[in-house]
Amino acid sequence: MLRYAVERLIQAIIAIFGVLTIVFVVMHLSGDPTLLLVPQDASAEMIAQLRSQLGFDRPIWVQYLEYLGGLAHFDFGISVVQRVPAFDIVVSRLPYTTMLAAGALVVAIGMGIPAGIVMATRRGGWLERLLTAIVVTGQSVPTFLSGIVLIFVFGVTLRWLPTSGSGDFASLIMPSIALGAISMSTFARMTRISIIDELGKDYVRAGRARGLSLGSVVFRHVLRNAAIPVITIAALEIGNLLAGAVIVETVFAWPGIGQLAIQSIQSRDFLVVQVIVLLISFVYVLTSVIADFVYALVDPRIRLVR
Amino acid sequence: MSTAVLALRQRLRRVPLSVIVVSIIFLVIVLLAIFAPWVAPADPNRQNLLGRLKPPGFEMRGITYWLGTDDLGRDLLSRTLYGAGVSLSVAVLSVVVSSLVGVTLGMIAGWFRGKIEILIMRLVDIMMSIPAILLAVLTVAVLGPGFLKLVLVLGLTRWPRYTRVAYAQTLQVANLPFIKASELAGAGAARILFHHILPNIAGPVLIVATAEFGLMILMEAGLSFLGLGIQPPASSWGSIMSVGRQYIERAWWIVAFPGVCLFLLVFSVNVLGDWLRDQLDPRSRSR
Repeated sequence: MLRYAVERLIQAIIAIFGVLTIVFVVMHLSGDPTLLLVPQDASAEMIAQLRSQLGFDRPIWVQYLEYLGGLAHFDFGISVVQRVPAFDIVVSRLPYTTMLAAGALVVAIGMGIPAGIVMATRRGGWLERLLTAIVVTGQSVPTFLSGIVLIFVFGVTLRWLPTSGSGDFASLIMPSIALGAISMSTFARMTRISIIDELGKDYVRAGRARGLSLGSVVFRHVLRNAAIPVITIAALEIGNLLAGAVIVETVFAWPGIGQLAIQSIQSRDFLVVQVIVLLISFVYVLTSVIADFVYALVDPRIRLVR
Repeated sequence: MSTAVLALRQRLRRVPLSVIVVSIIFLVIVLLAIFAPWVAPADPNRQNLLGRLKPPGFEMRGITYWLGTDDLGRDLLSRTLYGAGVSLSVAVLSVVVSSLVGVTLGMIAGWFRGKIEILIMRLVDIMMSIPAILLAVLTVAVLGPGFLKLVLVLGLTRWPRYTRVAYAQTLQVANLPFIKASELAGAGAARILFHHILPNIAGPVLIVATAEFGLMILMEAGLSFLGLGIQPPASSWGSIMSVGRQYIERAWWIVAFPGVCLFLLVFSVNVLGDWLRDQLDPRSRSR
């Protein structure tokens, strides 16, 4: 187990290192990153001054090492617009996005897993067809469209819920549903497939032969075994939900890091955008490592194979 | 009736009704997008400031605005029709770019093995740990928006899935006798990869491509909605809807019509993709 854990951690560190490098390359794609960090009407002198101040006139590999060195000290640079550390700006918005992602995960798991169970156990019935249609629909509606539809129906027409929000429970409902819809479909599909896989195995036939009902076989035995692939999906979905927050938060004017990312792009505050991309990618890598560890704890076979 | 027609009817009978329906929807949208310049009743960019935010069926100076007008009095029907072409061509081109890059890298990794395999597959792992929409948002923000840049950004952020599939398939195919025979006969790597391996891994790649096609439509719409995609005066469904979002209380139709089209397009692509997967991958049919 220890060896497996160490190997997996090394993999994760390489992945994070790679992400840092890709973000560095993207930031330098335009040729001169100074131009990203100044207002559009900046004078040539001001640009030149900032360029040497930030070290963008030095060789690219020196800049790369400085960048990595800075990150190692949690130095993500100073926001050019707000004149405070970019990292602090992002952290101050983080609780809102965490709330939203948690709400969306509740929606996705709370609806997706039961739907998947029903679809796997009631095959061929009208209920399965209905749920399949709902799942494919959930996958095909972009989050901003479902967001706008929710706003129109429950915010503008019925006036039940606030159309934009700042943290209270009522304003969390609609963005959570909009953000969770696509994940809900993913959970339903994964749950369905992994239960169907399990249902074909001998222990299910043995249980049924001994007179257990399908329901009790599923709830007592199958769910536990089918849970493993679903755990991985849950981990990956956390990263996807954070990324999806960029759009949902813009639609609902939700003051999290997604809205901050778009605002920062508009005000050309690229160091803040960089922090957000790095942060979400870091969470993405971290959750997948945790998922693998949970996997290995739940299912000893995985530990032994490696 | 000739035997060929009978055989065709036999095959069609096995196609589920839902697949036939979504195929028709998909074809209609594609045809409308291609023939937009002839079908559209008006110039999509012609403004009519006296007829701003008018509801569907509004008539003015002998012109009927069947789907209403937007915030600048432009004909929403024409804009939606032209927008279809933009959305579809971005999606098609970026799927072409990403599949070319991804499949080539995957076949190289699977055929040559060794260091290049480690390098490519590590890069795949890394690319897959940055959520694609974020990488696309950052890259478009750095490079600036535009049709061609959008295609390149989408194409170059979404290739790793093809690489994984092409790699795994190439590993399986590479040891088959006819590949070995071709190699012994002196065929070069390029010939083996593109003439012998590619046709044999095309099925799984096609499954990935259809799923990605739906995703690309959604990503283009999302980026344009955020103002990072197609720039005015050109319009895609995403950018029309981002305007409509601001006027949702007074003019629901601006969001509704492009939104319904977007949904129908992605829905039909997803249903077709699922069906195609079941046809090409018999193992999943029982599921």
